[in-house]
Amino acid sequence: MSMTVSLVFLALLMAVFGGWLFSYSLRVRPWEAQAAGSRQVQGLGGGQVPPAATAPRVGLAVFLAVVASLFALTISAYLMRQEMAHDWRPLAVPGLLWWNSACLVLGSVALQLAWRAARHEQPARLLRGLLAGGGLTIAFILGQALAWWQLQATGHYLAANPANAFFFLLTALHAVHLLGGLFVWSRCLFRLQHGATPGAMRQSVELCALYWHFLLVVWGILFILLLRT
Amino acid sequence: MCGARDMAFPYLNMLSYWFYLAAVLILMTSFFVPGGATGAGWTLYPPQAISPGTPGIDGGILLMFASLSVFIAGFTMGGLNYVVTVLQARTRGMTLMRLPLTIWGIFMATVMALLAFPALLVAILMMLCDMLLGTSFFMPEMLNLGEQSGHEGGSPLLYQHLFWFFGHPEVYIVALPAFGIVSDILATHARKNIFGYRMMVWAIIIIGVLSFVVWAHHMFVSGMNPYFGFLFATTTLIIAVPTAIKVYNWVLTLWRGNIRLTVPMLFAIGFIFTFVNGGLSGLFLGNVTVDVPLADTYFVVGHFHMVMAVAPVLVVFGAIYHWYPKITGRMLDDTLGKVHFWVTFLGTYAIFYPMHFMGFAGVPRRYYGYGETAYIADSMQTLNAFMSVAAIIVALVQLVFFYNLVRSYFHGREAGPNPWQATTLEWQTEHTPPRHGNFGAQLPVVYRWAYDYSVPGAKQDFLPQNMPPEAVEADDAAPRRQP
Repeated sequence: MSMTVSLVFLALLMAVFGGWLFSYSLRVRPWEAQAAGSRQVQGLGGGQVPPAATAPRVGLAVFLAVVASLFALTISAYLMRQEMAHDWRPLAVPGLLWWNSACLVLGSVALQLAWRAARHEQPARLLRGLLAGGGLTIAFILGQALAWWQLQATGHYLAANPANAFFFLLTALHAVHLLGGLFVWSRCLFRLQHGATPGAMRQSVELCALYWHFLLVVWGILFILLLRT
Repeated sequence: MCGARDMAFPYLNMLSYWFYLAAVLILMTSFFVPGGATGAGWTLYPPQAISPGTPGIDGGILLMFASLSVFIAGFTMGGLNYVVTVLQARTRGMTLMRLPLTIWGIFMATVMALLAFPALLVAILMMLCDMLLGTSFFMPEMLNLGEQSGHEGGSPLLYQHLFWFFGHPEVYIVALPAFGIVSDILATHARKNIFGYRMMVWAIIIIGVLSFVVWAHHMFVSGMNPYFGFLFATTTLIIAVPTAIKVYNWVLTLWRGNIRLTVPMLFAIGFIFTFVNGGLSGLFLGNVTVDVPLADTYFVVGHFHMVMAVAPVLVVFGAIYHWYPKITGRMLDDTLGKVHFWVTFLGTYAIFYPMHFMGFAGVPRRYYGYGETAYIADSMQTLNAFMSVAAIIVALVQLVFFYNLVRSYFHGREAGPNPWQATTLEWQTEHTPPRHGNFGAQLPVVYRWAYDYSVPGAKQDFLPQNMPPEAVEADDAAPRRQP
């Protein structure tokens, strides 16, 4: 059953959360009070949340889980629609998508370098990394739009076949998420241009880089799906 | 309750509210567009929802889709904030296993909603494509009012899968916060620790997880492989296990407790009765063979109203009576509250209990008039009239509740900081109602769980979460344990 994709995703997510909680709840006796000097009273939640898990990072992780759920469900719908009807004519994926994918990979690498530059307080490198990352992503989105135009020009209209419709839907959903990322990226750039230090930018750049890596992985999965079906 | 001054992301919190308000306003607008608001029901099943002739097809349904999309965006912001606040903004000592069950219920419901709402969003986007761009995700080839629809090959069943993948967790998204709140109300007003706290937490989590693998029990009559029917019936019935654990634990919390029959407590006990009644009829509907004849009858309406409409609403009322003193600094009127409870509680039974019998008699749901229908007995009409009268009475008594809310705000008895002698942190704030930042200069430090009522050996009847063990006075009169 095609919903398995979504169920496997949810099962993995719940297993991680459940396992984490299980490891705490087993050893804990909630009805016992702790004295003021005890470990649990000293730290936040008794050290249950690692120090690296800051609020913005956890916030991003939760948001990525939501986005992953959205894509897992769309992929489920894709596979289900393919199974359910006999009108599915596979779409020849435009070769341009390979170039677009390369742009996205390089964009992700550039943002990783920008994150590194922010960690090492290197403003020039940070700016270069950010500009390259954003520029390559804009190139990716324009490339996707060009691929759409190519498909339309060769008669593969949106409404002509469910495979076409899903191609447009999946690529559009992915591009919208990248556009959201570009909004945050433009704010980073704005702050940098207005004198923010790399140290102050570190968290924002880090979140951008992680978001880009995630969307790269999502694109990889979508691209493989489109190529194989 | 978790000892935070504010949400983890206050700006996002504000933004989520404005998105929510925009969603409501967009939906309200649909009443004023040509063709009126949506007439496709809450499930919005295609092909009917977007076919010519359906009320609202000229714009109302489109506005509903827009409203839902904005709502989901707003909820994602709010939900993300809830999850991060519970995980990150707890005060010192507030471990996960010391969180009040209210927080656990809200937390798990939020996690579920974050993962389930994307299914609705995907379904809406695909339906919008079918409606506006002529795709055929859900729309099959069909003749409508003598005209070819222009779609072909789409699968309405695909929509149902996506919709119910959201729709069933939604039931528990409504119920889980109520489960948490009722646990706290019962413990506070029975002056007893909640029975089986860890079991209660795990039951919340297991219910949340299982609710994602039962969605197709809403589709038994839509047609499916019999093995899938068996699978989904099994998973549906398995959910009864953690749910029953919760019910037993609520009852065992009451067992030999020092029960104070306050208005919140009445609503909490009313919830247990109603939830058990509604849950038991769910066992009927969870079985494929019983569900098939009962599907789309009044039995279903009776079941889900008892279990997910009336029961959680009773808890919402209980919660308002419980926390109103902290929100306003004044008590709600007790007599008016009791009138409100008894008429609402008994009245809802008068409305929804007879529906089960009507369902057995085969009366279908979703019709506003039956006309000359031979197989529906006249007595059903009498029963229907009785239910309508009961519904009007229940609706009217809600006016008493609103009157109580307004009157008590100005003339209610002064509540003081902790009128119910509760242990959780919100009752320990410096000011009532709490001021901005909740806790004054210092955040409270938590030393114990939220259920230290009637602790053996302690002089106090209750020990607030922020009371250090050193501050607990020993009860000299208490019988000492033999060494």
